[in-house]
Amino acid sequence: MSRAVAGPEIERLIQLLSKLPGLGPRSARRAALHLIQKKDQLLVPLTQAMEVAVDRVVVCSRCGNVDTSDPCTICSDQRRDPHMLVVVEDVADLWALERAGVLNARYHVLGGTLSPLDGVGPDDLSIDALVERVSADAVTEVILAVNATVEGQTTAHFITDRLAGLPVKVSRLAHGVPVGGELDYLDEGTLSAAIRSRTPF
Amino acid sequence: MTLHDSQLGRETGAAEALWLSALGLANFRNYERLSLALDRRPVVLTGPNGAGKTNLLEAVSFLSPGRGLRRARLADVARRGGDGSWAVTATLGGAGDDVAIGTGIALGPEGPEATRQLRLNRTPAESTQALLEHLRVVWLTPAMDGLFTGPASDRRRFLDRLVLAVDPRHGERVNAFERAMRGRNRLLADHTADRSWLTAIEAQMAEHGVAVAAARRECVALLAGAIAETQPDGPFPAARLALEGTLETALDGAPASGVEDRYRGALATGRGADRAAGRTLDGPHLSDLAVVHAPKAMEAASCSTGEQKALLIGIVLAHARLVARLSGRTPIVLLDEVAAHLDPERRAALFAILVGLGCQAWMTGTEPAPFTALGDAAQHFAVPEDL
Repeated sequence: MSRAVAGPEIERLIQLLSKLPGLGPRSARRAALHLIQKKDQLLVPLTQAMEVAVDRVVVCSRCGNVDTSDPCTICSDQRRDPHMLVVVEDVADLWALERAGVLNARYHVLGGTLSPLDGVGPDDLSIDALVERVSADAVTEVILAVNATVEGQTTAHFITDRLAGLPVKVSRLAHGVPVGGELDYLDEGTLSAAIRSRTPF
Repeated sequence: MTLHDSQLGRETGAAEALWLSALGLANFRNYERLSLALDRRPVVLTGPNGAGKTNLLEAVSFLSPGRGLRRARLADVARRGGDGSWAVTATLGGAGDDVAIGTGIALGPEGPEATRQLRLNRTPAESTQALLEHLRVVWLTPAMDGLFTGPASDRRRFLDRLVLAVDPRHGERVNAFERAMRGRNRLLADHTADRSWLTAIEAQMAEHGVAVAAARRECVALLAGAIAETQPDGPFPAARLALEGTLETALDGAPASGVEDRYRGALATGRGADRAAGRTLDGPHLSDLAVVHAPKAMEAASCSTGEQKALLIGIVLAHARLVARLSGRTPIVLLDEVAAHLDPERRAALFAILVGLGCQAWMTGTEPAPFTALGDAAQHFAVPEDL
């Protein structure tokens, strides 16, 4: 059995850091040591930033994004097209799309995907809120930016069905050749999806 | 007869030879630690029952995705008396470009981890599917002797492994279909799910189910072509293969999109029956591979035990040739206890074919005598003395 090399306060810090995504016990130990050794430059400002985050971070009541204001910065941005809504599974996907910077739209965060095996049903996701929002905000296009997994696509299909009666165009992200990809290396499923989703040149 | 190195690889044409140049085990079955240096020739392992010959073949089978040739639970593979972790390491020679593979169960802070890890050139890989980019492993074990008389699920699993070796994405499709099907079964059992949700999940089942059926059909057609290249009445009789399944049959006369629509419709109308049965009553999870002894025009299940074994060997060898041709690299072929049940003529023919394929075939037997014809064309190890 390994012996503790530091006091319980430091062990607690390591234990908490190890719960972060991408950090195992060893990297958590390294991160903790780094924080302790850079106390003034890193540990103190990080602690202050976290305290502020605890106090001020809220979930946007309109789209489900996280921010320090409600409505969030994106929902409050008047330059964004209010008639285009991008539906994502979670906030990480919203951030990924924002990093790409290709959309000037607003978002709707579902909070997951339909998964009978995990006990997640329509009532556990913000699908009703999406339908209400589409009606109330006169949205003309909904872009389903969900993952190409069984659960993601099932959810996309379900939402499409729920929006069927509304005057809104529903589109989804294209599936096919990745940027920089070579056709020779693609499997038949991806190739046939790319052919089906072909666009005018 | 002695086979020579000059004969290696005659039958696979343009495929580059790939072999294991080193194999290492740690806490794997009865091996606490083992390190084996190898060259490109076939590997013959001989020794008494229980010495650990099949364990070595099983270790090599973990160089492909899945649960290995015994379909064991990962925890059961760990050496008794060990800490629950285990590892198989290998270096690929020839077309394998010296790639170093490491796979197994690591020891986490709370005991052995649940999922098998893979490292390629000491870098973690996302999934064991990545193995298929480097090598293909095919096998034949005594447990498969009853394949033609056993349940359809065994033949379906055998077929899906054949497809996976020629089409690495097949595993993902099968998993996606099964996940969607399990989800639908759960929804039906709950009685509460709304119809939109069922429709959405059935669309996923239809999309992946038809993709599974199409991949199986293509593989069986290619395999039939590879079998047709061999002598129909040779030592390993030609098998005639046919797929029996609603989707596979429907794809004979209709485009995939039409079959997908029809299957989606069939699932929607079959909800009541499926709910009553507690399972999905139609789909590629019920398909079967029908095998006929072509020269005799007799169903494989009705053939003698020896003929069934010969048919199976013929299919596995044709498949190895097909994998080599399609992937451009010779597969590793694992043949457990295969020589003992063949007469000397068939045995000699098997060795000639394996050497002709140029693949590193791993064979086991209790006695060295049946393998003497291979001479220096193979590398021989007595288990456990030479390890």
